[in-house]
Amino acid sequence: MTDDGERGTPGKGLVQGLAVTLKTMTKRSTTRQYPDVEPELPPRSRGVIALLEENCTVCMLCARECPDWCIYIDSHKEEVVVPGAARARQRNVLDRFDIDFSLCMYCGICIEVCPFDALHWTPEFEYAETDVLDLLHDKNRLGEWMRTVPPPPAHDVLGEPSKEEATAARKAAGPGAATAAKTNVRRASPTTAERPNRAAQAQPEPPEQPQ
Amino acid sequence: MPLWLDLTIRVVAVVVGFLTLPLIVGQAEHKVMAHMQGRLGPMYAGGYHGWAQLVADGVKFVQKEDIAPRDADRRVFRLAPLVALFPYLLVLLAIPLGPDLVAQPLDVGLFFVLAVLGVGVLAVLMSAWASANKYSLLGGLRGAAQLLGYELPLVLAAASVAMAAGTLSLPGIVEAWKPWWLLWQAPAAIIFFIAGLAEIRRPPFDMPIADSELVFGYMTEYTGLRFAFFLLAEYVGIIVIAALTTVLFLGGWHGPLSDQLGWLWTLLKIFALSFVIIWLRVTYPRLREDQLQRLCWLVLVPLALAQLVLTAAVKIAT
Repeated sequence: MTDDGERGTPGKGLVQGLAVTLKTMTKRSTTRQYPDVEPELPPRSRGVIALLEENCTVCMLCARECPDWCIYIDSHKEEVVVPGAARARQRNVLDRFDIDFSLCMYCGICIEVCPFDALHWTPEFEYAETDVLDLLHDKNRLGEWMRTVPPPPAHDVLGEPSKEEATAARKAAGPGAATAAKTNVRRASPTTAERPNRAAQAQPEPPEQPQ
Repeated sequence: MPLWLDLTIRVVAVVVGFLTLPLIVGQAEHKVMAHMQGRLGPMYAGGYHGWAQLVADGVKFVQKEDIAPRDADRRVFRLAPLVALFPYLLVLLAIPLGPDLVAQPLDVGLFFVLAVLGVGVLAVLMSAWASANKYSLLGGLRGAAQLLGYELPLVLAAASVAMAAGTLSLPGIVEAWKPWWLLWQAPAAIIFFIAGLAEIRRPPFDMPIADSELVFGYMTEYTGLRFAFFLLAEYVGIIVIAALTTVLFLGGWHGPLSDQLGWLWTLLKIFALSFVIIWLRVTYPRLREDQLQRLCWLVLVPLALAQLVLTAAVKIAT
């Protein structure tokens, strides 16, 4: 009511306030009607952790790196007889892989450290339970989440070729070409690494789109 | 028509209006306030955009236990919500919707309305004192100071328009109203509206309730139906203040086709003013107690007196 001169015409602020509320009323509200309408999550949202059992080698890295020790792993060793080999190989078989989501703090360290991509983020988030004990997900439950894992992002065209690709190319080229392939990798041309023979002749080529 | 039938129809009509209009305003407040804050407001009750939210609230209030604090003065405590509600019902009796559409035409309608509205302060003091609660008492005393203070500009502004019309009858004032009064009586209209807001303790004049410092002021100890009565009184208060402003200053039923649609014009103006009341609530922060009193005594009362002088001068000149 007692606006001083510095702030312009008296009552200006009052009118501006009214204008703000009226303008907001005419705009659409930002409320998400979640249970009725599914939220539009950004791609690769981090909702829950999925397990691809086939990739797990029971290396225990995830369980050891977990800050709150919420991953429980049991396994046993199994003999695998490989025909033609001198002796039977040993293989780890996963018996139990549980993540206690009542303890998990979703730091994602287990996913980072997994050397064989057995653990993945999925955008699923609707797994609330009425009993806290039900938040202990076993490997079957974790495996079911795999359906919801988005496919991995396309490889960066300008980046180094993936380790698998480079290895495959090296093997295909034979033992002599290994160094040549490696030097080409350093030139940061991913397509040349796939064709080490031509790359060995050091022809400068424009990078192609993979696939 | 026999007298008793006539009487019944009038009373029932007023009671129906008394019960439905506040619900409409309350629902409008839910929705308008929500959208002004970028929210949606109630969406579930009743299915379509939460239209039955207040009905659901009413059902909830009825189910709650009726608690009176141990140290409370029980009879006064229980009576207070009714005292808060009843004056507004009486006021609605005297408010004309159309030329002949009034439950009880009174020659001293304006006087009656203002006198009955003044009873509201009693309910505040009763509930505050009887609750045996310091927050209630503080809220009640604030309320008493506020209601007594704002009564003055309210009455002075109403006196100005009564002087202009030369009558105290509410239909008479609307009858005498001319469009240019909008300009002539504009200060009185604004003063009346602001003082009315303070009378019904609506934000930004909700210092007696001030939920962030006084819990809920004089309503702190109330639950269930009695609390619902207080809330109902607040919303009927909105209707009453909007209706009185309409009748006194905005020409009531005057408008195109006022012979047939007079009541519609009155209702439209009442709802438009109710919207403004909600709008003000959403926009402005609560006035501090000293600001509130200063606004009343240093701004509104002198302005109202000046308006009285102006009205008298114009009245004598013409």
